[in-house]
Amino acid sequence: MATGFFTDATLCIGCKACEVACKQWNELPSDGFEFTGNSYDNTSQLSGTTWRHVDFVERESFDESGLKTSWSMVSDVCKHCTNAGCLEACPTGAIVRNEFGSVFVQPDICNGCGYCVVSCPFGVIDLIEAVGRGDDAKKYGLATLHDDRLNDRKTAVQATGGVAGKCSLCFDRQRVGMVPACAKACPTESIQFGEIEELHERAKRRVETLQERGVEARLYGADDIGGGIGALNAFFLLTESPEAYNLPVEPVLPSTRQTMGYAAAAAAALTLATIGWAIFRGDS
Amino acid sequence: MPGLGTSFGRGGATVWLPDLENADCILIQGSNFAEAHPVAFRFVMKAKERGAVIIHVDPRFTRTSAVADLYAPIRSGTDIAFLGGIINFVLQNERYFREYVAAYTNAATIVGENFVDTEDLDGMFSGWNDETKSYDTSNWNFERNDDGTLRRDETLQHPRCVLNVLRRHFARYTPEMVERVCGTPQKEFLKIAELLARNSGSERTTAFAYAVGWTQHTTGVQFVRTAAILQLLLGNIGRPGGGIMALRGHANIQGATDVPTLYDLLPGYLPMPSALRDEGSLERYLARNTKATGWWANMPKYIISLLKAFYGDAATAENDFCYGYLPQLIGDHSVLPTTFAMKDGTVKGYFVIGQNPGASGQNAELVSSAMERLDWLVNIDFFDNETVSFWHREGADPTKIGTEVFFLPGATVLEKEGTMTQTSRVLQWHDKAIEPIGDSKSDLWYFYDLGKRLKALYADSQDPKDRPILDLAWEYDHEDERERAAGEPSALRVLRELNGFTVADGKQVAGFADLAADGSTACGCWIYSGVCPDETTNHARGRIADARSSPGWGWAWPANRRTLYNRASADPAGNPWSERKKYVWWDAQKREWTGYDVPDFPKAKDPATPARPGASGIDAHSGADPFIMNLDGRGQLFVAGALADAPMPAHYEPLQSVIENPLYAQQSNPLLREWKRDDNRYNRSVDPDYPYVLTTYRITEMSGIMTRYIPWLAELQPEAFCEIDPELAVEKGIANGSHVTISTALGEMEARALVSGRMQPLRIGKGQRVHQIGIPYNYGRMVGFARGDSPGDLIALSMDPNVSIHEAKSLTCSIRPGRRAARSAGSIEAPVPTEQQRAYGAGSAHGIDAGERR
Repeated sequence: MATGFFTDATLCIGCKACEVACKQWNELPSDGFEFTGNSYDNTSQLSGTTWRHVDFVERESFDESGLKTSWSMVSDVCKHCTNAGCLEACPTGAIVRNEFGSVFVQPDICNGCGYCVVSCPFGVIDLIEAVGRGDDAKKYGLATLHDDRLNDRKTAVQATGGVAGKCSLCFDRQRVGMVPACAKACPTESIQFGEIEELHERAKRRVETLQERGVEARLYGADDIGGGIGALNAFFLLTESPEAYNLPVEPVLPSTRQTMGYAAAAAAALTLATIGWAIFRGDS
Repeated sequence: MPGLGTSFGRGGATVWLPDLENADCILIQGSNFAEAHPVAFRFVMKAKERGAVIIHVDPRFTRTSAVADLYAPIRSGTDIAFLGGIINFVLQNERYFREYVAAYTNAATIVGENFVDTEDLDGMFSGWNDETKSYDTSNWNFERNDDGTLRRDETLQHPRCVLNVLRRHFARYTPEMVERVCGTPQKEFLKIAELLARNSGSERTTAFAYAVGWTQHTTGVQFVRTAAILQLLLGNIGRPGGGIMALRGHANIQGATDVPTLYDLLPGYLPMPSALRDEGSLERYLARNTKATGWWANMPKYIISLLKAFYGDAATAENDFCYGYLPQLIGDHSVLPTTFAMKDGTVKGYFVIGQNPGASGQNAELVSSAMERLDWLVNIDFFDNETVSFWHREGADPTKIGTEVFFLPGATVLEKEGTMTQTSRVLQWHDKAIEPIGDSKSDLWYFYDLGKRLKALYADSQDPKDRPILDLAWEYDHEDERERAAGEPSALRVLRELNGFTVADGKQVAGFADLAADGSTACGCWIYSGVCPDETTNHARGRIADARSSPGWGWAWPANRRTLYNRASADPAGNPWSERKKYVWWDAQKREWTGYDVPDFPKAKDPATPARPGASGIDAHSGADPFIMNLDGRGQLFVAGALADAPMPAHYEPLQSVIENPLYAQQSNPLLREWKRDDNRYNRSVDPDYPYVLTTYRITEMSGIMTRYIPWLAELQPEAFCEIDPELAVEKGIANGSHVTISTALGEMEARALVSGRMQPLRIGKGQRVHQIGIPYNYGRMVGFARGDSPGDLIALSMDPNVSIHEAKSLTCSIRPGRRAARSAGSIEAPVPTEQQRAYGAGSAHGIDAGERR
């Protein structure tokens, strides 16, 4: 039975507990300490070591009652696509679909080639070049903490200089019946974890409720999102168009383009062959 | 929290957090609820899901505003004007809950003839003594009948009955005035007033939530009082989904006032004996503090049981239960005056535990330079911090500093057992999850060990002055052998002592009703009595939640009541006001109070019981008087004499303000405390050099020293920043993300500019445009991954007259692009004035003084 996330932007209060809980459970290092000046967002984007990321969208608009300020937040994550670009592109078989229907990176098999990075339609997966909070500790002279769970990733990073990283949907927690760290930490139930079909039902009811209240609610990725990707196991409820939350409006699976490319190449080859045949026919 | 205490009887939130879910409307003001209390905010979100209207009134558009249904801007420090405006709206339009107000408040009580209102004295009340700079509050007393009872006019017609006094007092708080003072557009204000009125009454309830945004002002207590008056008028106290949720600034602040770290209170809100009040003997102490009517008639039981807990067998009736061992107050020993005393060389030693005043204290440089003059400093913390490292801060000269510094490693909450009392008075037990790292110890260990060492040190002493140490009951060895071997005391034994026990057999008492005034019982904190009611039960461990008041989840003082004054959820006859808002009611068959919560009322007291003038304690109250702690059993719309500065709130400008008080000639709270000294310089009000409002706050991602070392949190908000509006940014040439310097007469700090449309200038006064600048209070410049200057460098110490709290939420400042100059400090021998100090001298020539009248 496939499991996934239903992330509801209308309930998000932007506390970033999901980001922190994720990093803590998965032993991910910080991405550096840089003030961006972009609203309250200083982690900027999903990366090999940031597997949940809260987007902050500030807007001012004028209507009949004057200035209106809005500030939307939503927690972004790997979408665990039905047809995953990263999985298709992986030459070593490191990226697999596991028994929970999630797209999962096996760090001990990954060779760090990075093909997956350019194949993700959402720009989620990235290479990890650091291995754990030990790196922060070393950098700043704190005591290093050890954790056996890091060993796979550590060995892989040491061997290749980098290893692909992204949300595992807390595979290790799920296997022992626990809810993923981000969903567990979310104080307002903006991140809900469960079986996909059950989540779909909940999401549709939620959209209806919100629409009755006059909120322009829509789902992103609950159904086939197009571009050959299919439905997303981590889907969203948004109140504005996807690009307001830095989500692509029409994501496309690279291999879809590849098929078109092959078809175009085949058509070109056929045309050229036909022309060639037509030209050289007269000589024979 | 005397704002709540003087109004309702107890200084605690009147509701508990999950009850917010039952509200039809929630007004969040003086609090950034979603950011500062994200976990508790789930109940606000649930209320919203159930259709409640969420309103946020705040100087800044925050993450709370983002999810609220309605946001209204307000100039920092003007909440009395805003809420006073709503009180006026409610009274003028007869929108108050008449039956509730008549029965449960002192609306009908008649104020004495000596009382003269701010209306007639242009911002002052009668009784002002210009020599002592204080009020003779007897001028505000109620009129009494010949039998000593309060005179009332149940028809509410008498011109001096509280309701009419209130009506007149708030009449000038019109919507136009609210706009002039607060900068809140009238349309927004009226929308909010209408929503509050519509969502109150027998069928509906509105809850208020506030935090330190209301308290850290020179008029903070009166902010809370204004809210209390409004909630009483709307009939929302003691009812489900109503009340006032006081959100505390830290996890155990409620606990730290219940079993207080405050200088003027003993556990359970018993006053500390004072030499200034003629409380030299137990007899005189009891005579002063035992009230004839209301719950405080029980005072002798609580103080004597406390003395038995402190001094054990040594406390006997013959020696006044060792009352003489208690220290007596000889002045204001709260933290701010003590800081000055340290700086001036009177105070020689300093324990700093669980805070970082070297960075987050107001006037942090004053605190740091005061620490230079100590003989010794003891700091217990998890990490190096700006306080313990004050001697090598920027500009200091360590060779000149003689303070001996002891830095001790503390155990984190996960490394020790014990309770925390959360914001809605609920005690929650937590076990030790892991062993502390290295030599780290719990705070309890340190104090237990210190006590044992002192006892050993004085063991042979015959000097009577050492008896308090030798007679101290000090037996908290752990039940577990391994912990005992490590010297760790038992937090459970401490909690059991707080609960109280019978001296003869050492058995736990079931609750404070079992306490006696004859020395037969001992109790460390009477309001906690009932948490460990027998030898095996610890209710604080409970984690059973249900759909109503969850009596099995932790344990709430007093007596596990979740919603205080819940007698008021029924009408005077004892029936629920409505089916929808049913909570606690009188069961006529069983002849007892029953419902979804523990009744905050004598269980078998018939609602028809008449008042019995002359009876003692709550027997003097009728069966329809829900505020059992108060003398007259009623909610206090008008507080006679219990607060130093006002019986009814009046809007005064902050000590440092951008405008003249539009309401009265009196500019600021006439009783506010200031220290005009060279190391504590104020901005004068209406000073063109400091034209912007400055407000401070904390953010979700950071707390302070605890979070600045956590890389996962530090990356989320890595550096000190300030929030400014785009208009001001353009005017000053400040680019988003660039460095800016913010300054006051006291000093300057630098931060990164976060320019955002969430900040908007306000139109106040006679069309004046005012910009507000917000600065988070989470950073310090010396240690951790997340660093930066703290607004503590900008804020001179000032103090409110009731609770000695500082004003840190509403100030004035100026701002310029670019980074600050290097700091100078280390002023032990010859104080070296900074450039800043030289430039500004003792203050600017412009502007007006706080106490000034125009």
